[in-house]
Amino acid sequence: MSFSVFGKVSYVSETKVADFVKYLEDGKIMATRCKRCGKLYFPPRADCPNDLSEDMVWESLSGKCRLLTYTTLFFAPTGFEDDVPYTLAVAELEEGGRVYTRLSRDIKEDEIKVGMELKLVPIKLPNGKLSYELRKPE
Amino acid sequence: MRVAVVGVGQTPFSRGCGMSIRELCFDAFRNAMENINLTSKEIDASIICSAPEYDKQRSPAGLISEYLGLTPKPTFYAESICSSSTTGFKVAYSFIKSGLHDVVAVIGFQKMSELSSAEVQERMGRGSDIQWETPFGSMMPAGYALYARAHMQKYGTTEEHLAKVRVKSGKYSVLNPLAMFQRLLTLEECLSARVISSPLKLYDCCANADGASCVILANEEKAKKITDTPVWIAGVGSASDTLSFTNRTSLVGLTCTVEAAKQAYKMARIEPKDVDVAEVHDCFTIAEIMAYEDLGFCEKGEGGKLIEESQTYIGGKIPVNVDGGLLSKGHPIGATGGSQIRTIVLQLQGEAGKVQVDGAEVGLIHNVGGVGVYANVIILRR
Repeated sequence: MSFSVFGKVSYVSETKVADFVKYLEDGKIMATRCKRCGKLYFPPRADCPNDLSEDMVWESLSGKCRLLTYTTLFFAPTGFEDDVPYTLAVAELEEGGRVYTRLSRDIKEDEIKVGMELKLVPIKLPNGKLSYELRKPE
Repeated sequence: MRVAVVGVGQTPFSRGCGMSIRELCFDAFRNAMENINLTSKEIDASIICSAPEYDKQRSPAGLISEYLGLTPKPTFYAESICSSSTTGFKVAYSFIKSGLHDVVAVIGFQKMSELSSAEVQERMGRGSDIQWETPFGSMMPAGYALYARAHMQKYGTTEEHLAKVRVKSGKYSVLNPLAMFQRLLTLEECLSARVISSPLKLYDCCANADGASCVILANEEKAKKITDTPVWIAGVGSASDTLSFTNRTSLVGLTCTVEAAKQAYKMARIEPKDVDVAEVHDCFTIAEIMAYEDLGFCEKGEGGKLIEESQTYIGGKIPVNVDGGLLSKGHPIGATGGSQIRTIVLQLQGEAGKVQVDGAEVGLIHNVGGVGVYANVIILRR
């Protein structure tokens, strides 16, 4: 599957971690782990800069995470104009690594608190593309 | 062997300047050559700086070098987005320090109004990691807004602190005839402006502009013949941080600034308290507050307090951006660093007019590319 199915507007079609979107379609959020040094990467990387190795394994993440920071945009770049306002966030994943993505519209503005527990979940966008977003844990 | 800045020039920053990029660069160059004892033939090399995604001309160095009459001397192109012309400055310094060239001209420019708003916005998004961040609708103000939110959360910085940075910028903008916005702003106007990317509002953000700048550097022997008021380069530092947000080690400061500043202070053998006047990269109000801290003008987390106490006005502990900064001048990406250098050089030559900081001996320039991806810190001495 081409990586270009990832995100509302895509700029990357080929990547060594394209399997990420296959897993995403199956409802899984995957990271990569370097088999040599053991470091976990999210967003996933195909190559480890610590030991210049490409010997990586896919590893499933729980999606559990904590909000580090966020912003609500009232102006958007080309291709995202219909979405405003929307909230971008950075969250720290329980297993390690961080994610940069949208906060679910189900979370009201006055509920958003830095430090709050969140869950990273795979989603299908209205245009049929694959993505993930941050939601309140069930 | 010391290296000096011997000439500085800048066009007005504006939109709809009625000039092409070659003509903008020519005006900045002509301005830098005024009142110094130097001919174009004596310039050994040129470094042309811009952010290429805004240029329609492919490989602009050749065109600019030709129009300025600098051929057949070598010309080079330097790019690090918003910090392109301080990157070019560092390359020029290295050329002279190594003995390869005696006199080098650094010309920075950007003509952002050539593109439609939609084209500009599209490029703004692509400044983030295009594989893992751009697909969610990222853009420049959002990047700094994420820092602002984290900074407020950790240190209690307020929207009022941010607004006070813009009020200061407005105060000095009316004394800078080259600034795009020459307008006093009240705290209320800043606080009630529409939200762009929360918590950043309209006046927390700088604006795209057209403009050019020029800085001419020379070795010690040549510098003394070219001008009676050379300004000496005491320190240069440069650093980078991850382009992606997910791999940043700090969300409350720019680590590239901290590292570049450390190098520049060490090379100049000074401490932050020795700086008399500074130009910092205030593309957004939060960027100026973080710069106060990351450059060591106050403790980490006390940037809000520093502007609250008006310590960065003329007469305060450390006057910052007394030319109005990017917030009021406008931000023609490739020209900005050269404009900052020009402001500090004029301060150290005692030629800064109504915004002169009395007795300024040591000045600092801080120029950042992207949302804290690249940083250059330059220290100049009278």
